[in-house]
Amino acid sequence: MKKLRIAVYKFASCDGCQLQLLNLEDELLDLVEHVEFAMFYEASSDVKPGPYDVAFIEGAVSTPEEEEIVRKAREESKIVVAIGACATAGGIQALRNWANVEEYKKYVYPNPEWIKALEKAHPISDYIKVDYEIRGCPVSKEQLSFFIRQLLIGKKPTLPVDSVCMECKMKGNVCLMVTKGIPCLGPVTMAGCGAICPSYGRGCYGCYGPMIDPKPRALAQAFVKMMGLSKRDVALLFKSFTGWSKPFREVVDEYGK
Amino acid sequence: MASEVERTFKVDYLARVEGEGRVYVKMRNGRIERVEVGIFEPPRFFEAFLRGRKYLEVPDITARICGICPIAYIMSSSRAFEKLFGIELTEELKTLRRIIYLGEWIESHMLHIAMLHAPDFLGCHSIIEIARKHPQFAKDSLLVKAWGNKVIEVIGGRSVHPVSCRVGGFHRIIKREQLLGLLKKIYDVKNAAKRILEFVLQLPIPDFKRDIEFMSLKGDKEYPILEGRVVSNKGIDVPEDEFEKVVEVQQVPYSNALRYRVKGRGTYVTGPIARFNLNYKLLLPEVREVVEAYGYKAPLTNTYQSIIARAAEVYQAVLELEELILSYREPSQPYIEGEVREGWSAAITEAPRGMLYHAYRVDSEGYVVDANIIPPTAQNLAAMEEDIKAQEEVLWREPYEKAKLLVQQTIRNYDPCISCSVHTVKVIIEKQHS
Repeated sequence: MKKLRIAVYKFASCDGCQLQLLNLEDELLDLVEHVEFAMFYEASSDVKPGPYDVAFIEGAVSTPEEEEIVRKAREESKIVVAIGACATAGGIQALRNWANVEEYKKYVYPNPEWIKALEKAHPISDYIKVDYEIRGCPVSKEQLSFFIRQLLIGKKPTLPVDSVCMECKMKGNVCLMVTKGIPCLGPVTMAGCGAICPSYGRGCYGCYGPMIDPKPRALAQAFVKMMGLSKRDVALLFKSFTGWSKPFREVVDEYGK
Repeated sequence: MASEVERTFKVDYLARVEGEGRVYVKMRNGRIERVEVGIFEPPRFFEAFLRGRKYLEVPDITARICGICPIAYIMSSSRAFEKLFGIELTEELKTLRRIIYLGEWIESHMLHIAMLHAPDFLGCHSIIEIARKHPQFAKDSLLVKAWGNKVIEVIGGRSVHPVSCRVGGFHRIIKREQLLGLLKKIYDVKNAAKRILEFVLQLPIPDFKRDIEFMSLKGDKEYPILEGRVVSNKGIDVPEDEFEKVVEVQQVPYSNALRYRVKGRGTYVTGPIARFNLNYKLLLPEVREVVEAYGYKAPLTNTYQSIIARAAEVYQAVLELEELILSYREPSQPYIEGEVREGWSAAITEAPRGMLYHAYRVDSEGYVVDANIIPPTAQNLAAMEEDIKAQEEVLWREPYEKAKLLVQQTIRNYDPCISCSVHTVKVIIEKQHS
């Protein structure tokens, strides 16, 4: 069988999602019997040109150069997969999308005029057609591995569609909001992590982004009315790793004024 | 060769580093005219958007600076707030922090040793090639790396961006039996870690030496990780709050880089090799015995030998973790609360790649007013260039391809985490003499 040729692209990000490929320690050496990491700068200095069967893209598009590269990635790859919160929703650096990037440059860099950065940090789908989105900050390595294995056997990959609440119930967790009054984004956040935050005693912070058809404004209202959160803190809760996703952004804009 | 008058090494996309960097070296008549270690990792503006965030959010947000060492970010920021709010952790909570942090050292060091750095010494492109030539080393490396990740996962819920840590401790109590489960494999992991160290000690290491200032935290009774004084082999000895007094941010003309130097002196090196050199006596005797059996000991003055310090720290971490897990007692409460107040505070912890400095000013409700983060790679960038300059003679003498590889290897010696060093966008140094 011909090996699946994989390319790994990186834009503005922390490296954590592509690291999950290398974190597949137990299966890595078996995996490379079936796939070829044709371009994976972090893992190998042997970089081969496209076309590729699959492009895994990590990070948000946030500089003029990256706008070019992301288009090229689409051209030379059959399947484009955006991995992680940055690639799918803009990620943490999208917090600058609410601010003035010029002021940000001045705050961080003594010579701001040398910094090239787009006004906003964009999810990949702002530029090109994305075939699949694997969510999470970071993506789960199990999900990544499952995704690749589905491709290998020629199956159309499936990904979670439910909320974190479903995973919590399946795990038998006691609801933190109901029993402890801890604010939790679980009801509106896409499943896939295995409800780890609630399992470790804290509310979900939404790093997998909005589930399909979420109702974040209803949840935000409940945070204020039933749990006594300030509007400022409600806005902060939604304005994090996937805050720039449309459903969460609406809450931020409404509460963060 | 006699006719060669100019030599240029240009690598537009450095492989086997974390993040996006490039290097450019220009030589003429045997002299280096220009060295640039450039970083085109996009700027991410963390300090800017931390303003207005609540202190409790800061550890999780800053963790996203680096997917390889998130715990370092969580710990430096948490400790800064704890100092300000008068939070004193119990011994049990401190132990738990040390355990998860050592787990990170292991996974991060093993990533670098086996997957990013060893290929340079072995003439390979990747761990996959190494697996064919040195299967035992590859197998050991993957085992130990996976175990390090498992340590983080058990305590933190997941190994990249763990979720259980917070200012004051943890979100919930970590049960003793969960940790004990990690010891099922400890015999294999210990043996593998020892074999890795022995393998690394036998690598062909390029000859290189220059006068380097090493800087790290200094442990009191333990090898430093979560706290300590800032020391160097050239006389620095200050508390962490005064770190900004001994180093300075430097800019050279035509560069927008933030580079760090010792005030009034020059470049310095932080990271495993610095910790190793400045805390050698605090390494366990078992670790020192292996190192010395192969003719090495502190101080290591050749930065190519950083891989030895890293492998020694891995073995140290594995041995220490066995003890810490066996003696772990569950804390009576998962976290300690303090009194939120206005003020400034700073803390340093030892990230896998070296000292990670965080400083924050917060308002009376605990919202961040000002933030400053100095990651280890930003501190090391200027030293990388010094290292390249110091190899002028060999870079001119050796065949081109070999010399080019040495340039790249010199950078990889530092395990640069370019994602971390996003403050440092581009460094250009012109050779001073005419």
